[in-house]
Order: sequence, then C-alpha cells, then structure tokens
Amino acid sequence: MGATTIPAGTKWWSGGKSPFNVNYGKVMMWYFLMSDAFTFGAFLISYGTIRFSVNHWADPNQVFNSFPFAGHANLPLAFVSLMTFILIFSSVTMVLAVHEGHQMNRKGVEKYMILTIIGGLAFLGCQAWEWTHLLTGEHVAMLADGTLDVIPTTVKMNPWGVALSQEELMAALKNTPHDKLMAIANTMHHGAEHTAHQVSDSQLIEQIAASGIHATKTGPIAFGGYFFGITGFHGFHVFSGVVINIVMYIKTKLGHFDQRGHYEMIEKAGLYWHFVDLVWVFVFLCFHLV
Amino acid sequence: MQVQQDFPEVTFHPDHSGGTKKIWRIFWVLSVLTIVELGLGYFLYAKGTSLGDFTILSTKIVIGVLTLAKAYYIVSVFMHLGDEIRNFIMTIIVPLVLFVWFIIAFLADGNSWKNLRNTDAGSRTNKVETEIKVPAQH
Repeated sequence: MGATTIPAGTKWWSGGKSPFNVNYGKVMMWYFLMSDAFTFGAFLISYGTIRFSVNHWADPNQVFNSFPFAGHANLPLAFVSLMTFILIFSSVTMVLAVHEGHQMNRKGVEKYMILTIIGGLAFLGCQAWEWTHLLTGEHVAMLADGTLDVIPTTVKMNPWGVALSQEELMAALKNTPHDKLMAIANTMHHGAEHTAHQVSDSQLIEQIAASGIHATKTGPIAFGGYFFGITGFHGFHVFSGVVINIVMYIKTKLGHFDQRGHYEMIEKAGLYWHFVDLVWVFVFLCFHLV
Repeated sequence: MQVQQDFPEVTFHPDHSGGTKKIWRIFWVLSVLTIVELGLGYFLYAKGTSLGDFTILSTKIVIGVLTLAKAYYIVSVFMHLGDEIRNFIMTIIVPLVLFVWFIIAFLADGNSWKNLRNTDAGSRTNKVETEIKVPAQH
C-alpha cells in the first residue's frame, strides 16, 4: 500500500483519478448491481404487500414439498434447500476463481470457472424441474362457480387456498359435472382409468368422498404470477450469469487475461455471480422459508 | 505488486496474497446459517397452528435476521466490498437503507388493506374466515 506518493492539494474529483481507488468497470458493476437490487427489492416488496393484504396465503411447506424421484413423499423445503446449497457452493468456486486470478494462475481460474458453470447449470436444471412440477401438478380445488376441478399452479390458477370442510366438499361434488368427477376420480387411481359410461355421478361422488380426498378453495390468483415472475427473473439472471461465466472461461483459456496482465474481468463476472446468489438468499426467504 | 499496472488512477491495491482459508470459513458460516434457518422453518412447519401468532412472527423475524447475516458475509467477503475504501462502501450501502422504510411502509399498507376489507372499511366487526390446516397433498 501507499506505493505512489500523492501530492498535497490533489483534486480527487476533477478527472483522471479514482477517488474510490477502484477502476471504472468495477465501480459501474457495483452501481448496476445496486440498481438491480432495487428492481428485485421492488418485486419482493410488492409480493409482500399483496401477501399481507389477504387472509390466507399458500403455505410453502405444502407447495414445495416434493423431490425428484421421491414420488409423493412429503419432504417440505428439501429440494429448495438443495438448490440453495448448489448456489452457495458455486459462489465459493467463483470466489476461488477470483483468488486464483489474483495469483495469475490460469489453470486454477479455468478449473474453478468450470465448477462455477456446472453449479449454475445444476441450479437451472433444478428450477426447470420445480417449475414443471408446479405447472403440471394435479390438485382438486373448488372454483369460483362452486364446482370442483383438477388444476395445476400457474399464473392464472392457484389451488393452494383454504381447505374445504366435509359439508362444503359434498356440496361442491354435487355441483360438479360428470367429466370433472371422472378427472378427480382418475387423479386418485392412477393406472386404473375409468371410462365415461361405466359409472354414474352418485357412484363417483361416493367413491371420491370415501377416498378421504383433500380439496381446497382456490387461493389468491397473484401467487403464481409472483412466484413464476420473481423466480423467473432470478433464473434469467442465473442463465445470463452462466453465459458470462462461459465467455470468461473461453477468454481465460485463450490467454487474454495473461496478455492483459490482470484477471479483473473475472472479478467483475464474479461480482455479478455473487449478486445472483445474494438475490436467491432473499427469494428463498420470501417464498420458501416464511 | 505486479498486477494491474495499467490502471494508473488506482493508487493502491488490497492485499490478495492471503490463502483460501477465509473463503472456506465463510462457506461454513453460510452453510450453518442456512441449516439454522431450515431448522426454524421445520419448527414452524412441525408445530403448525399450535404456535401463537407472536411465536410465529418472532421466528420469522429471526429467520429474516439470519438472512441479512448471510447477505452481509456474501457482500463483504465474497464480493470483497469489505476491502474497498469506506466512501465507496457508503455510496452502495446508504441508498439501500431506503429499503428499511419501503418494507415497513408497504407491508403496513398491505395489512391495512386487509383490515379495511375484512371490516368493510370499519363499518362492521372483523370476521376473518377461520383457517383450516390443510394436510399435505399432491
């Protein structure tokens, strides 16, 4: 430190100097990330406002309780925890790549960039599974017209409302048309599909009621929009982060940073990547933990 | 320092000669904080509605504080903001302090909206639908 002597009366803010002792690119990356933090913050606060304004919101322990290849096992939080650890770990490999860059060790940077890219792709894969699971889910819910239907979680449908009492369920079953009753019965007996002419409505209602089915009212429609909107916006950041990391890996491999004499581009890509991890910490808090 | 000679405006560099010990230490700190958060999350799930509103709210606040601790470690150590000079740190952190007010104001607004709707803007007593605990389903 203090390698250069600074003359007395230096005008720090009149150009040609770095008052913050950071070069331009890194300063601008920080300010971009700050503005991005406001965007994410505004989304999450908007979500919080709507969530506080309704009497019932989806319980994350019910919405996010499945795990790939675990069938119908009830594993609340397990899969999103795995996603969180993947992202924390890829943040560690990123900071290790930056560290190797400071040491001008090209092989080390290459190794840790590859690991970071793999972590990012693993996270995106998990998110694709999570979205598919919600978008193709089959939940029996009572629609606004008082009939029952089998619906997934989308930006237009939210099956995660208040549970129906036994009386409400029986009343709703009586309103439900034949084809919907068939669909409900079929969600409970996978493999043994009924055909439309085999059974009467009353037999179906009896069968459905006897199965101890869990039916709910529909929940606030905003749930899907906020969930897919915010996790999608975050996922797009992860995707662009992976693309940036791949570009950085190629430039490292081609020796561009060795020619330049420093690995500062890796630091800037690293700032963006850590920010993506940082945002996930808050998305995880707002959607999955509380 | 042999690196970054072509940025003449940068007059000194933080010392990067240290090992990776600190990075791994922060990795474990982040992991333990996440595990504690998950533990509290499972506590809320397992006890369900048997907990009082106050206990639920305070547990959620504790989870939020732990999240802020994680954010501090990521920004300060992984993003090396802690190594920058103080004035630069302040230009990033001070605007973000606005979030304190955003969060208080908007959540209070949402809550007020709910109360107004439940009471027809104060013209009747609050009759919130009684919540029934839904068992896990698919």
